[in-house]
Parts: sequence; structure tokens; C-alpha cells
Amino acid sequence: MKQDATSTPHRKKARKEMARGYILLAATLVAAAVILRIFPDKVTAATAATRSYFLEMVTILPAVMIIMGLFSVFVSRELVVKYMGKASGIRGIAVAIFFGALPTGPLYLAFPLAAALRSKGASISNIVVFLSAWACIKIPQELIELQFLGVKFMAARLILTIIFVAIMGVFIEKVIEWTGNRGIGVSQRVAR
Amino acid sequence: MSTTAIIINLLALGCLVFALARDRGRTKQAMGVAVKSFVRILPTVFMIIVIIGLLMAFAPPEVISRLIGEQAGFGGLLAIAALGAVLHIPALISFPLAASLLQSGAGVASVAAFITTLTMIGAVTLPLEIKELGRKMAFLRNGLSFIIAVIIALTMGAIL
Repeated sequence: MKQDATSTPHRKKARKEMARGYILLAATLVAAAVILRIFPDKVTAATAATRSYFLEMVTILPAVMIIMGLFSVFVSRELVVKYMGKASGIRGIAVAIFFGALPTGPLYLAFPLAAALRSKGASISNIVVFLSAWACIKIPQELIELQFLGVKFMAARLILTIIFVAIMGVFIEKVIEWTGNRGIGVSQRVAR
Repeated sequence: MSTTAIIINLLALGCLVFALARDRGRTKQAMGVAVKSFVRILPTVFMIIVIIGLLMAFAPPEVISRLIGEQAGFGGLLAIAALGAVLHIPALISFPLAASLLQSGAGVASVAAFITTLTMIGAVTLPLEIKELGRKMAFLRNGLSFIIAVIIALTMGAIL
């Protein structure tokens, strides 16, 4: 299977990142302890803020992770390519936002997928919208934004982002059409 | 638990039940993925929560407000948008950080700009984007994303 070929370096990288995460956490805890030792009058304020943010996080994080896990397993790469390859116009943009927003992994997984979509005939505007949706309209992100910044902030930013990302997608497509397709780099990929 | 948290948990539960009904094996696999990503993001989450505690205890609202608040103006907005474009913080933990900044005097526009550039623009992932999609498309997407992030932020500052 295709996934097996990438899993080993991916796993090694993930483990390294996690080790770095724990080292940084330890360093932060030590630094916080030292700082609060020097300014004991700030301890109450700091722990109160930390506790309230901790509670907000802990009540949603497992649920968000479950949603992400389910989508990453159930929505296959083939499915995305199948639906995005042929959809065009407004419908194409909607499909691109939908598949981009599904919680299916970090941004670096989206670039090869976008290149594959390009070679399958998806339009440039759809690919730009897909990548941008993947980057900043992800469902887990929106859920956490809802929790911490409230429904007004989240909804306003979501709607504005969808509008401007769609405009940007069409604009980039026009620019690339005007200036010729040579710079896009996908042509060599298809030829290979 | 807040209403939002309850809704999110119900949503997860609904997805889980649906997935179990469709395919038990793949649901189990998905739970494995969920546990793994949870363990992976946990240290970063704890770290940011500790930093938020310090930030809220030490950073005086007047200073935050002067740097990235209403009084900071367009320059402050551009600066924080640029910071968001360069930094590589997982999006999931940028929201509590943004909330704490808002609470301690940052402006809506600045916070919106920061989150939008942080998620939409990846200085760290740019080489990969160039490799997969070509220089022209990568630069256009990231460059224009910065501009629309600023427009989104200004609009949000005006309407919220």
C-alpha cells in the first residue's frame, strides 16, 4: 500500500517532534517555576489563568482528536481525488472547501495531494481553495476557535475566509493562465 | 462544561457511533490515530497553557494594548500578521493563545490577523509547497494570503 512507503520516515519524524515537545514543556515548566519564585505575588494570577484555560482545553481536546482520527481513516485520498477532479465552477469551490475542511491531517500532506489533483485535471482555482481550506478552515480548528473565541468571532472569520479564499483561487488561476502554465511544475510531474 | 464543549463532545460521539455502525475495524484504527495525535499534541498544549498563565499574570494590558491593541494602528496589525506568517505554532493551540491576548487588551483585528496568517501561510512548509506545486503558485498563494488576512482582519475589527 502507498501509505506504508511513507510511514517509517513519517513515524520517525513524529517521534522526534514529540520528544522535542516534551523537552520544551519541561523547559517552560522550569522557567515558569523560577519566574514565579522571584515574583511570588503573581502566583495566584498565573495559576488561575492556567487552570481556567486548562479546563477549557481538557473538555474538548479528546473529542476533537476523535473527530480528527475518524475522518483521517474514513476519508480516503482516492475519494478526495475522485470528487475534486471533476467538479468545477461554484460547485467545484464548494467541494474544494468541503474536502479541505475535513480533518484529515497536517498541511504538508496536502501539497502532494494537490499536485496529484492537478494531474487528474482539477482546476487551479479549486486547488488553491482546497489548500487554503486545508490550512485554515479545518473543522477541528473551527471547533477550538468556537470554544475559545466565541461564535461571533469564529463565524465572522469563517465566512470572510471562505469569500476571500474563493476570490483568491479564481484570481491565481487567471494570473497563471495569463502568464502561461510553465511555472507550475506539475507538467513535469505528469510527464514522468 | 460550557455549551460549546458539550456540542463538540456530542458531535464526536455522533461521529463515533456512525463510524462504529459502518466499520468496526476502521473505527478502531481511527481511535489509534486519535490517541497518537492526542499524545503528540499534549506537551505543546500544556506548554502554551503555562505560557498563557504567565502572560496573563505579567503582561500589563496597557502594554499589549499599545503593541497590538486598538491604539497600535495599521503598523501593529502588519507586524503581528508578519509574525503569524513566520511562526510555526500548531493552529489548535493558537486559539487559546489568541483568546488570552484578547482578554489582556489586544484588538480583534490583530488577533484575527495573527490567526489567519498563522494558519494560512507556512514559511516552514514553503519549500515543500514550491517542490510540489511550483514556485509561481506557492508564492502567489502565500503572498495573496497575507493580503487577504489583513483585509479579513480589518473587516473583523470593523464589524465586531
